Amino acid sequence: MSVQNSIRDMFFEESEELLESLAEGLALMHSGSHNDETVNAVFRAVHSIKGGAGAFKLSALVAFAHRFENVLDEVRGHRLGIDAEILRTLQRSADHLADLVEAARNRDEGENPQTAEFLAALNVCLGSTPEPGAADVDETFGFAAITVDLDDLGPAEATEGQSYTITFCPHPGLYINGHDPALLMATLAELGAMTATPDLSKLPDLAAFDAGKPSLAWTIQLATEAEESAVRDVFEFVEGLCDLSIVQNTATQPADTEEKVESAVAVAIKVEAPIAEVPLQPEEAKGQPVLAKSDAEVDAGNAERSGPKPTLRVDLDRVDRLINAVGELIINQSMIAQRVQELHLATDADVVNHVEDYRLLARDIQEAVMAIRAQPVKPLFQRMSRIVREAADSTGKSARLVTYGEGSEVDKTVVERLADPLTHMIRNAVDHGLETPEGRIAAGKDPVGTIYLSAAHRSGAVIITIRDDGAGLNRRKILEIARKKNLVPADAELSDAEIDALLFLPGFSTASTISNLSGRGVGLDVVRNAVTALGGRVAIASTVGQGTEFTISLPLTLAVLDGMVVSVAGQVMVIPITAILETIRPGLDEMHMVGTSDRIISVRGKFIPMIDVARGLGFTRPPNHPEPRTLLLVETENQGQCALIVDRVFDQRQVVIKGLDTNYGAVPGVSAATVLGDGQIALILDPDAIANNRVLSAANPWAGAKLNEGKSLAVA
Amino acid sequence: MKGKALQSHETNAASDVEFVTFFTGGQSFSIDIRQVREIRRWSAVTPLPHAPAEVLGVMNLRGSVIPIFDLAVRFGLSPTPDNPRNVVVIAAHETQTVGLLVESVSEILSVSRDRIQETPDLRSDNSRQSIIGVIPVEDGMTRVIDLGAVIQSGRKTLQ
Repeated sequence: MSVQNSIRDMFFEESEELLESLAEGLALMHSGSHNDETVNAVFRAVHSIKGGAGAFKLSALVAFAHRFENVLDEVRGHRLGIDAEILRTLQRSADHLADLVEAARNRDEGENPQTAEFLAALNVCLGSTPEPGAADVDETFGFAAITVDLDDLGPAEATEGQSYTITFCPHPGLYINGHDPALLMATLAELGAMTATPDLSKLPDLAAFDAGKPSLAWTIQLATEAEESAVRDVFEFVEGLCDLSIVQNTATQPADTEEKVESAVAVAIKVEAPIAEVPLQPEEAKGQPVLAKSDAEVDAGNAERSGPKPTLRVDLDRVDRLINAVGELIINQSMIAQRVQELHLATDADVVNHVEDYRLLARDIQEAVMAIRAQPVKPLFQRMSRIVREAADSTGKSARLVTYGEGSEVDKTVVERLADPLTHMIRNAVDHGLETPEGRIAAGKDPVGTIYLSAAHRSGAVIITIRDDGAGLNRRKILEIARKKNLVPADAELSDAEIDALLFLPGFSTASTISNLSGRGVGLDVVRNAVTALGGRVAIASTVGQGTEFTISLPLTLAVLDGMVVSVAGQVMVIPITAILETIRPGLDEMHMVGTSDRIISVRGKFIPMIDVARGLGFTRPPNHPEPRTLLLVETENQGQCALIVDRVFDQRQVVIKGLDTNYGAVPGVSAATVLGDGQIALILDPDAIANNRVLSAANPWAGAKLNEGKSLAVA
Repeated sequence: MKGKALQSHETNAASDVEFVTFFTGGQSFSIDIRQVREIRRWSAVTPLPHAPAEVLGVMNLRGSVIPIFDLAVRFGLSPTPDNPRNVVVIAAHETQTVGLLVESVSEILSVSRDRIQETPDLRSDNSRQSIIGVIPVEDGMTRVIDLGAVIQSGRKTLQ
């Protein structure tokens, strides 16, 4: 049972990959930059899912995939042109297929009510061609009704196309001329579902074995819609080099799913025979090993043509254990480095060099380990195209998704936990960002709105931007709503950036009517919280008439960060290097007081608020402590540039992030903690929170903004 | 017979419960021994911003970050004075591990359950919420701490 389960798990894992390549192929088709191979890849993906699903008797899935496959086959055979309508149906069918796979994974036995609708849509595609598909139409509802066994399924499916029995016995000349039965069979498999059974009866025993004399023959069952001549064409080049007979089966046989599934087992076992021969057949060494491989490949629904990179599936726990151990290694390394430093040895001392080597090695190991967890954002982005489609459908807008940089890699957890906020933002972009097609035409834009989704690595962070080419934020309306909801005092004067930032306040929703997409009381504050929890931040920028852009910046990994080690009121703390633009030691004449407590500094002619970190955290300096004069210029999401006042800057180093949440809870202004070389804990500051002074205002964000010492708001 | 006795350990009023007792702020407190993980020497902590007064900060326990509570402050007594002889009782409540700063650990007390008396009605909210009972001992009594409540209030003040 457990073996069955693990095979089942494997099927779903593979299905996920297949669905990805399906989505990818369809996206290519959508963009018009596809070729026959793209269509084939799409077809194979659906076909493989069908094959696997058949093995687990997931009849609803098989039935739907089968119909889907029929349509794709028409497209593949150029009998069905690709137009917008067909693409729409294909993409929605792919979405539905994903749903069905998901349902099957959750062992959700219930009938999906949408299936019939999608089947009907697919039938419409088939119906528009007079080719063999036409016969299928009547069966439609028969399929929807099929519930249980593959035995039932078989005959129903086999009515399409024909099946052939091919017997194929290569002569020695075939191999001498460099032909390869495996390739022939691979070509056959492209015509339809096939099963090859090797005839081992003529195999001589080892003693009498003559490597020059091939002794294998095959009986091939092929279910295909192709004409006999097409099948015969496959063997065109080996004519005369083999005994070949191609007979069309007269009786209707359950040719498709059932046999394929059976053969999955059959070939897997039978293939062993040719493999065993390989070392004994020097002349054929070129051809035969491939045979063993391609037989299996052929049967796997010839799925991965493009030669997948060899990968290893590893239990995530093992990777995490390794990552933890490496984290401890890094701490240990910095402890040793610190001890060695305390010895005040000559800089060329052996041990100093070794410690330096140790540091580099530890860092290498760490990077390698982190790379294991890194995953491209591609699957995440692909899912978003579905969100765009659905959002566009339900709002009556038309939209397309354009993605860039989907190869960018991020920590697995980041990718996973980004899905929800991203979904929400994409929906928002379609629902609130884009105008209606009429509105767009009136504004002189393409009626089809575009959502740009991009990912890029920038200095230790990954930046994800979601941009729409819609109308931009209606700041007047935002302010109005915020006032109505008492989120801002009625008389507050806010800058554009401050108004934009209001969107992130809890309980804010601009949609005048609550659509079933966004605006269910779950606002951008949830997005912001999710991103902040990942150590990232969200920023918003908008130009009236041109659209809105959200930028999410996220750390590449959740385990370590590069930080600047500083001291604040006698405490050693770490500030993430990603936030710091530069360090400044200003002269007295560059600092100016505003009122009694606020100070600003001019940096290259620009006035920037100064924020005392110690005060922001509620720490008091010991009396007689010299007034700190070291400033760190940081870029914050909503406050622009700020200068953080710290007592001293020590050095820059990589620190291992330790959460405070496990044993304590979130601390305002602090994102996490780390262990220093001396075993002491240092807090990792969140410059954004300090600059925003949300520190003082967990309950009422607006109260905090008023208290904000960095940036005063004009409150009349 | 023996198995039965063990089984009823939790419910039998006459069965023995073990407590670790300690002194802080001149008063005796105790905590269920099953919650105690270890007892450590005092070492410097890193203060947390905006933390309630009873949360001294965090310390490093073999790679984990754990908060340290000053029990004396929690019960409205004056803060435990700096003393190299102070100890930290590392205790676990559900998934959380915390440290309690105390002046000294006295003994392990084995008492039958029926000797634990309910806390008399106390005026101070903090004390009432964080003490689940009192146990009479030779030279007075010891207060049984509700660790969960101590942790919870440390968090609540934070909000």
